[in-house]
Formats: sequence, structure tokens, C-alpha cells
Amino acid sequence: MKKFIRIASGQGYWGDRFDAPIDQVREGDVDYLVMDYLAEVTMSIMQKQKMRDPSVGYAKDFVPLMETLLPLLVEKNVTLITNAGGVNPVACMLAIREIAERKGFTGLKIAAVYGDDILNQLDSLISSGNNLKNMETGDDLSTVRKQVSSANVYFGARPVVEALEQGAQVIVTGRVTDTGISLAPMVHEFGWKWDDWDKLATGVIGGHINECGAQGSGGNFFAGWKDVPNMERIGFPIVEAYPDGHLVVTKHESLGGLVSEQTIKEQLLYELGNPADYITPDCVADFTSIQLKEEAPNRVKVFGIKGFPDTPFYKVSISYFDGYTSIGQLTYTWPDALQKAQKADEIIRKRLEYLGLKFDDIYTEFLGYNACGGDTAPPIENPNEVVLHIGVRGHNYKEMNKFSREVIPLVLTGPPTVTGFGGGRPKVREVIAYWPALLRKETVEPKVLTIEVI
Amino acid sequence: MKKVQLLKLAHARSGDKGDTANVGVIALKPEFYEIIKEQLTEEKVKSHFGKNVKGKVERFEMPNLGALNFLLHNALGGGGTLTLKHDAQGKVVSANILRMEIDVPDEIAKTL
Repeated sequence: MKKFIRIASGQGYWGDRFDAPIDQVREGDVDYLVMDYLAEVTMSIMQKQKMRDPSVGYAKDFVPLMETLLPLLVEKNVTLITNAGGVNPVACMLAIREIAERKGFTGLKIAAVYGDDILNQLDSLISSGNNLKNMETGDDLSTVRKQVSSANVYFGARPVVEALEQGAQVIVTGRVTDTGISLAPMVHEFGWKWDDWDKLATGVIGGHINECGAQGSGGNFFAGWKDVPNMERIGFPIVEAYPDGHLVVTKHESLGGLVSEQTIKEQLLYELGNPADYITPDCVADFTSIQLKEEAPNRVKVFGIKGFPDTPFYKVSISYFDGYTSIGQLTYTWPDALQKAQKADEIIRKRLEYLGLKFDDIYTEFLGYNACGGDTAPPIENPNEVVLHIGVRGHNYKEMNKFSREVIPLVLTGPPTVTGFGGGRPKVREVIAYWPALLRKETVEPKVLTIEVI
Repeated sequence: MKKVQLLKLAHARSGDKGDTANVGVIALKPEFYEIIKEQLTEEKVKSHFGKNVKGKVERFEMPNLGALNFLLHNALGGGGTLTLKHDAQGKVVSANILRMEIDVPDEIAKTL
């Protein structure tokens, strides 16, 4: 057994810094590279693409990235785990195989983890008594069934471990949790048991530290952003995992960024609910048990973690169409910038009333004044400039377009010293809303397919 | 006791879960944790945010990290893709909570 393994975070979300995964492999020794691509909205977009063309539906720019990344992975014997497979992991795997064959990587094993996509099973699930109730509202899915555009179960580390056991060096998955892709290598390498809750929870917390990329290593760092070195080439986190169930978080020396108790604490608290009850498909982790100790500069030990048995349910992420939003912005300047923006808001609202347009919601904020702070923002006297931010939400596309036509005319028909309308009419965007639900684990079975490059 | 802005005693990070914002408040020094814990009650935080938070405020203690985690319910205008707010995902709620003024013992206030 290895004394420890190094699991590098290569991407915090689809659209993150493109060369970070390349730097993670090139700039030092790592055993695994993990990359997170998926958000709820992403699944819906990919599902639409797949409906038009059955050979797509995965993170498209992951494939061109692999032209550069794959040779590095092979050269340095690094295993890649990513959920870039979206709603079509098998197609993504085949696209990677095409690159591997062209480059002559004979013997390389590539795996797809799938079975999470339950869109086509929804009706049979509902008719067999799975109501897929919304975890927040308690409503049955049948109330929005016709608008549903994607439905995916969140799998944990287990199917990824299966792919690792089959010898895969590149694993593309569908909706596997961000924490599962970091936990899987630890279970695989150290032979951790599926009921060793403390160790599993340690891996989950390692995954939580990795899952947002540089946000764990000096990016978006409140306490000391001014002192983070070389943010233009910020080093993403590397989780060093040890068989006894502790971690050391670090980064490559040659890259920028900062790993300290403070940067790790901020990331641990990111998107956290009840800290004692952090539920994943693999276990429940207790964030109130985490101990941190800075061993050396850019090396933080994470230990003492407690975990508890997993629940009988998978979380399901369902997306559905729920109308439209449109947001317009106009910039007003000194003198009386705020008053001008307020007047413009009043005019637009009166116009909407005059035209008989009704919306589910209409909402105004003033950027540069109180948009971000709301009631916590103290008033300021005579700001240099204020941006009127006015948005509406509704289900009638025609009426939404009529709102969109009402913003730009203010430039010539409203208060003076107005600018910043270069983007033209506000866009009318579809709202793809999120429906969180639970499904008993025995209802769905993850699938693993491993192929060898010949 | 002296009124001091929370920014002097803590750092923070915030994010979203649907229409709920979460904000973690972390003591800058271990000795600040007890002060923050005593001062940042659910009621005071709810009152600080005013109309920004339409639902309840829940607080969780994390003495191991010298931190408190708050859940601010119905705080993101519907959340996710529904919201019309500029800060759609509650990214800057972290700064907003650190504007709070809290009571700090004189001997500690002197050192800030």
C-alpha cells in the first residue's frame, strides 16, 4: 500500500481556469486529478443538446482539453476522475478513446460511470409510487412533470471505485457527487471498508476542500486576499490522503495561492447546512469534528473526523422549465445619480402598468448604492454613479419581450446623464428551476463500462 | 464594553442552497470565538439583515473551527435561476454580516 496519495483538484466548475488541470499535473507529483463540471442547470442544457444529437450531452470543451491533458496523464501516470460525462458519459468516453487511439496510447483503460440519468424512467417511477416530492415544498413531481428537462441521481464514490478496480486511468461520470470523486481513490488505494464511517467522512471532507478549486487555496479568500501570492497562476488544492484516515491539504510550490488554516476554514464553511449532518451518498460527515493544524507553510493537517452511516436515499436533481426572467440595467451619474435611477425605475413601472403588463415578480436594486447590501448597507450621499437594475419574472413570453422593449427608451425619454446601454435590449431568459427530491437507493443501479485502447 | 464592527473580529464566506443563503463567520483569533458566539444570536442576525431575509435564521456552532454557520432562509429572491437579484447566489452575504456592531470587552477592544 502507498504511504499516501495526492489528489489534485483541477476544476471547481465548468468554466473555471482552463489551464489549472494542466498545471496540477505538470508542476509536481500527483496520483489523481479530479475535475467537477456539473451544476443543475448544466444537466438541463446537456439533456437538450442530447435530444437534438444523441452523440453529445457532455462537457464539450473537456474533449479538446484532453488533447493536451491526456499525454501528461499518461506520461506521469496520473488517474483522472471527472463528471464531465454529463448526461452522456459513454459518448464522452468514446470521444476520449478517439484521442487516445490517435496518440497511440495502447492499453490505456477508459471508463464511463452512468445509470444516474433517470429522465426516461420518471413516469414508471411515479406510477410505481415514487412521488419524488420536492424536499423544500413537499409538492409531488407530477405537478411539474410536463416541464421536466433533466433528472439525475447523485451517485457517490462506489461506482468510481469499481472503475478504478477495473484499471481505468480515465473515468468520466455522469452525476457523481463532487465529494465522491475525491473519496473514491482513497477507498480504492487503502481498501477502506464501506462501513468505516470515520474514514469515509474524512474522504468526503477532502472532497469538499477540493470541489471548488482555488476557493480552498487562496481564491475568494476574505481574511487575507491582499497577501495571496501570484493569483494569476494560483495553485489549486492538493489533498494528500493517508491510510489511517487523515489528510494534509497543500499545493504545488511553483504555483501561486495560499493554503492556511484560514483558507481551509472558509472553504469548509462554503455552502454548508447543518455542520453535524453533512449528507452524502457514501456517509454522513460531521463537520464539527474536524481538527486543523498548520504543519508547515502551505501544509494543513485535517484530522479527527467523525462519520455516520449513509441514509437509504439518493438525492435526485431534477430540472424543469418555470417561465422566464429578464433584467435590464441603466447607469446614471452625478449629480443626483440615485434620484435619477429611482425616477427611471418609477417610469418603467408606470409604463408596464399603462401597457397592462403583469408579471409574477418585479424587482429593483441600485448597484453602487444598495444592491448587494440591501438593508445592511448604510446610505451614502451623492454617489458618483448608480446602476438601475430592474428585473421581471413571468410565464408569458410575449409580455416578457414587451418588458424588454421598455428599458432602452429611457435613454432619450427619461432622466439625464444616463449611459451603459451598449448591450441593447435586456435578454429574455428561460428559467430552468431546480427540484430536489429523494429516491430509495435500491431503485437505481449505477453502471460502469471500461474499455481498453487497442 | 465597547461597540466594535464584527469585521475586526471575524472573517466569513457565504453561498447558496436554493433560496437559503449560508454564511460562515470565523473568529480571526481563538479568543474571539466566545464573544462572537454570545453576541451573534439568531435574533440579532435576523434583525441586522432586515427585509433581506424573509424567513428564519438558524445558527450552528462549530467550536472546533472557531466558527458559526448561519442559514438565512428565503433570502435570495427565490434562489437559483428564479431570482432577479444581482447577488443571485448570496456570494457577498459574507461581507454584509461583518457590518454588524457587537459588544466587545474593553480589554479586547483596545487590541483591535
